[in-house]
Amino acid sequence: MTQTSQATAAAKGSPTKGPAGGKGPRQRLSESASSIVMILIGALFAVPLLWVLFASFNTEASLAVEWPDQWSLGNFAAIWNAETTFRPILNSLILCGGATVVTMTAAVLFAYPMSRYRFTGKRPLLLTIIFATGLPITAVMIPVYSLFVQVNLIDSMIGAILFLGASSLPYAIFLTKGFMDAVPVEIEESAWAEGAGVYRALWSVVIPLMRSGLSVATIFTFVMMWGNFFVPFMLLLSPDQLPAAVTLYTFSSQYGQIAYGQLAAFSLFYSLPVIVLYIFLGRNLGLGFAAAGGVKG
Amino acid sequence: MSAPMPAAPSAEDHALQQRRRRNAKTIGNALTWKRSVPMVPAAVLLLLFMAGPIVYSLYLAFTDAAIRGEGADETSFVGFDNFVDAFTDEQFWNSVGLTLIFTLISAIIGQNLLGLFLALLIEKSHRLVSRIITGIIVAAWILPEVVAGYLLYTFFSEEGSLNAILGVFGIPPTDLLFTLPIVAVAFANIWRGTAFSMLVYSAALSSVPSDVHESAAMDGAGPLRRLWSVTIPLLRQAIATNLMLITLQTLSVFGLIFIMTGGGPAQQSQTLPLYMYEQAFSFGQLGYGTAVALLLLLIGAAASLLYLKLLPEEEKR
Repeated sequence: MTQTSQATAAAKGSPTKGPAGGKGPRQRLSESASSIVMILIGALFAVPLLWVLFASFNTEASLAVEWPDQWSLGNFAAIWNAETTFRPILNSLILCGGATVVTMTAAVLFAYPMSRYRFTGKRPLLLTIIFATGLPITAVMIPVYSLFVQVNLIDSMIGAILFLGASSLPYAIFLTKGFMDAVPVEIEESAWAEGAGVYRALWSVVIPLMRSGLSVATIFTFVMMWGNFFVPFMLLLSPDQLPAAVTLYTFSSQYGQIAYGQLAAFSLFYSLPVIVLYIFLGRNLGLGFAAAGGVKG
Repeated sequence: MSAPMPAAPSAEDHALQQRRRRNAKTIGNALTWKRSVPMVPAAVLLLLFMAGPIVYSLYLAFTDAAIRGEGADETSFVGFDNFVDAFTDEQFWNSVGLTLIFTLISAIIGQNLLGLFLALLIEKSHRLVSRIITGIIVAAWILPEVVAGYLLYTFFSEEGSLNAILGVFGIPPTDLLFTLPIVAVAFANIWRGTAFSMLVYSAALSSVPSDVHESAAMDGAGPLRRLWSVTIPLLRQAIATNLMLITLQTLSVFGLIFIMTGGGPAQQSQTLPLYMYEQAFSFGQLGYGTAVALLLLLIGAAASLLYLKLLPEEEKR
């Protein structure tokens, strides 16, 4: 219960960290010192982010971070066409959107019996799923590639969607089952008593009750897929199918001399969905990322 | 469950009670064939696309399968040849060494210690500062891998931001991407991955009761001593799981290095995933590449088993 512990942390912090008055000089000194160190580290982390922001509005962008002499939308105008930007982004949406739907649907359906029923082999099954969350997907890409060549799934969007969906499943199941365990079973039982079937109860009772957890898991899954480079890089070949993650890589080789401003503009545009979701969800997205095991401490 | 569910502190006991009551009730509800139907889609996907390739790689690694040349038309068994080739190849050991250095610098030292340090600073700093800086660090983490690769490439390149900043302090420029590429990509991975450790430790720290610190301070323990003998032992569980998870993530980093250096110059930043990729696709040796991938998978599996052992028992029910 991360949120819970944060709430208590905030509560217990208030006597010492609260608005001025309760603070001793020692605490104030340590607060200032910590803040300064934190600002220094944060500034270093911010430099590459500032580069992409400034360079995208600077048609004369160089490799170093600098305030643009003249702010311009020229870089965005240059990439504002179907071939460079819209088609790759659309492909990304199809690939990652499709795979997210596959993952979350399969995960919710799988998690339901895992959460609600008792059966032999349940624990080993769950342990296998958790074990699978740790396996490096990078290491199976060569056999996946050879398999896909043999069954003619290479360069197929459906094939890429199914693989990307399957590779995110273990973690999605693990997360979803956790959220589902927190939904009390009594409510479904009353739905059953009223004659609703299992799927009906799942759809209209359980899922609405785990809405907030499910949305975090869904967005988390989507964001992870949106950033994935290796899977589409291996499984998709024809230029008109490539998602933005891969075309960004080919961006540099397309033009010979790299136009850094345009590269930055495209990077920014491609990152936009993730940034928007991040702003929208705030810290919860980060917590979704970190929900894996260790958080509990 | 350690997931972000909105709940008031007092609800925790309540939830626990409910869980207990539910467990008592579900005793009667055994899984029947009909009830297991919803599990089919995920099971099929996992068997076809996860278990399938893993089993297939057990076969492929012992063949001379290739994209072109010998082994392309007709694949034959070669026994342990691929593994013997790997263990006698200098380039393979170079990659193993670089992977170890990369994991050590970027995950075990960099992300882990910096993440812990930041988590401690968050507790002490002004709340607004903490909020903004965590925002920046998490932003670095959620950006797509390829974007991060380009951002850090420009940062470390000869005319990049790093040298511009160093120049302000009169430090002569360095070209880390050429002189010490493995250090450059390791630092890039610290930039990209620290947020994870920071969030893990931050969550763990906030569950440490404050009276533990107060009583330690009362006993006259200084801040460093309190950190070493009170905070760190309390975080032991979080540290162990975090180390396992970031090691797993770091072992399989591909895109970041691929974009920044492509493994070069002269294989000086070619970690195992990049070596595996080069062997399989640039040189077309699918069988050999799979053998290397299998070794990587085994290392990952070992780390994953360890992680499973470390996971708190209530997560496994």
